[in-house]
Amino acid sequence: MTAPRMLPCGDAAISVEFGDTVDLALNARVRALDLALAEAPFPGVVETVPTYRALMVHFDPLTTDFVALKRHLLVLADRPAPAAHNPRRWRVPVSYGGEHGADLDEMARHSGLSPAGFIAAHAAPVYTVMMIGFLPGFSYLGGLDPRLARPRRDHPRSRVPAASVSIGGAQTAIGSVEGPSGWHLIGRTPALPFLPGRDPVFLFDAGDEICFQPVSDAEWRDLAARAAAGAAIAERLA
Amino acid sequence: MSVLTVLRAGPGVSLQDGGRFGWRRQGVAVSGAMDRLALAVANALVGNAPLTAAIETTLAGAAFRAGDRPLLVAAGGPGVGLTIAGRAVPPGRSALAAPGDSIGLSAPAGGTHGYLAVAGGFALASEMGSLSSHLRSGLGPAPLVAGSRLPIAGGGGTAPLWLPLVPGHGAGPIRAMAGPQDDWFTTEALDLLCSADWQFDQRSDRMGRYLCGPALPPRPESMVSDGVLPGSIQVPPSGRPVVLMRDCQTTGGYPKIATVISADLDRLAQIPPGVPFRLTMVTREAAVAAAAALARQLRDIAPRIAGGTDPARLWSENLVGGVWNARDDGNGIEDRGIDGTRG
Repeated sequence: MTAPRMLPCGDAAISVEFGDTVDLALNARVRALDLALAEAPFPGVVETVPTYRALMVHFDPLTTDFVALKRHLLVLADRPAPAAHNPRRWRVPVSYGGEHGADLDEMARHSGLSPAGFIAAHAAPVYTVMMIGFLPGFSYLGGLDPRLARPRRDHPRSRVPAASVSIGGAQTAIGSVEGPSGWHLIGRTPALPFLPGRDPVFLFDAGDEICFQPVSDAEWRDLAARAAAGAAIAERLA
Repeated sequence: MSVLTVLRAGPGVSLQDGGRFGWRRQGVAVSGAMDRLALAVANALVGNAPLTAAIETTLAGAAFRAGDRPLLVAAGGPGVGLTIAGRAVPPGRSALAAPGDSIGLSAPAGGTHGYLAVAGGFALASEMGSLSSHLRSGLGPAPLVAGSRLPIAGGGGTAPLWLPLVPGHGAGPIRAMAGPQDDWFTTEALDLLCSADWQFDQRSDRMGRYLCGPALPPRPESMVSDGVLPGSIQVPPSGRPVVLMRDCQTTGGYPKIATVISADLDRLAQIPPGVPFRLTMVTREAAVAAAAALARQLRDIAPRIAGGTDPARLWSENLVGGVWNARDDGNGIEDRGIDGTRG
């Protein structure tokens, strides 16, 4: 395995960079290092953020031996990923198209598929949460059927609803709270990835696996009401 | 329970403390006071721990009304004046507001953010470990507007305190460390970053401050997202850099030419829009030394009981020792007015 690049980000963070592409094997190395660091903590480290291609390690500049931290991270990164890593897998209901997925028909036309074919292709894979970022719980998923990929919209929307399911480039994502987005909206899940006050506050973590299950508009409304009351709607499969 | 009522507040008034840590892997911004030193000064003057939640203002003043009990209050931030029932409180001093008194904070002079701390802090439940507001995620109390009511925890002291010397930020260029993506830029761009006169424009907010100056276009390819933090200087394809601030997202897809060191982020936050400043690259050793100096500054704020002191002396000491004094300024930050002209 090639050694990662160690990129200081000011005096309080270091990015351990494994590559510069969106790639599941590369992303698995990021998460393996994250897990290894959680099991072998280093004094002064405050928190970590696994991303597509790098592990961001935030630390206290006053109590962290930076040279020793770098060495620690390089040693951990060089270890083979633990074989017995069993990711959590979730079934996530999605209402596709209509008021929940304004861009679905246009996206289907662009891909050359029928809307039903597009939905089936989107719901078929087992996705991996490659990164959580942008907004609390916003989950970037890897594993999209390449036929469904499409560059972001020319004109971003200033507001999209919470928990929208969208496509931007080769990625698909489960949204967070209401916010701006330049991605194509294809559906919406009643499962809220982030809900303050609920236990757990967040449904997913980087490395989790996601299976989408198409549901009707009526089912969406029923599940959304339960989610708003604090139920965790995503069903754990593994 | 006593309540502090907001009478008047411009945009960008919110509750902020030391920040919300431990949730960045889930996309939760750190948030927290834009100027931790100014927050700590205001808190020290009312006997609170340095990073107790206080009210943060942006560019404009604000007005409040004390509840049904006397309330010890103090201001923080460059040139932020405090008035109680219309009477000015000398800088570097807290004052007791009587029940129903109006409490005024002036706009910062030579700064961007002001703070109002109340003895004992606010009786609000922290959310995910912090009372800081984060607008986009809805975490923490909603931004404060006229009519907002904040319960006071009570139990704080009532004896006004004063600081012989109000600690403030040093002068000189804002210090940064190159990278993590300095290899996405030409050497000319890296040189320009440190030789140009920069200003912040009015679009700046708690998420990011936009730099006005020369364009520093990165390589044209699109970059796969990685982690960012407050202080990251990210450069979109336009070449117009943005310094990410306390409310910034946790990941980003623009290359980051450099990262402002942790000790200079508070000072950077206080540079008003339109005032020129420079950036300079420093070593890790220099950055860590600066972080240690700021930690000492925060630790050493030691207010005294104000009884019997001569307010005129306070005024003169503040003028002599105050850091917003322009004389030692090496790069023209503090000796120019908000419009960039020399004062």
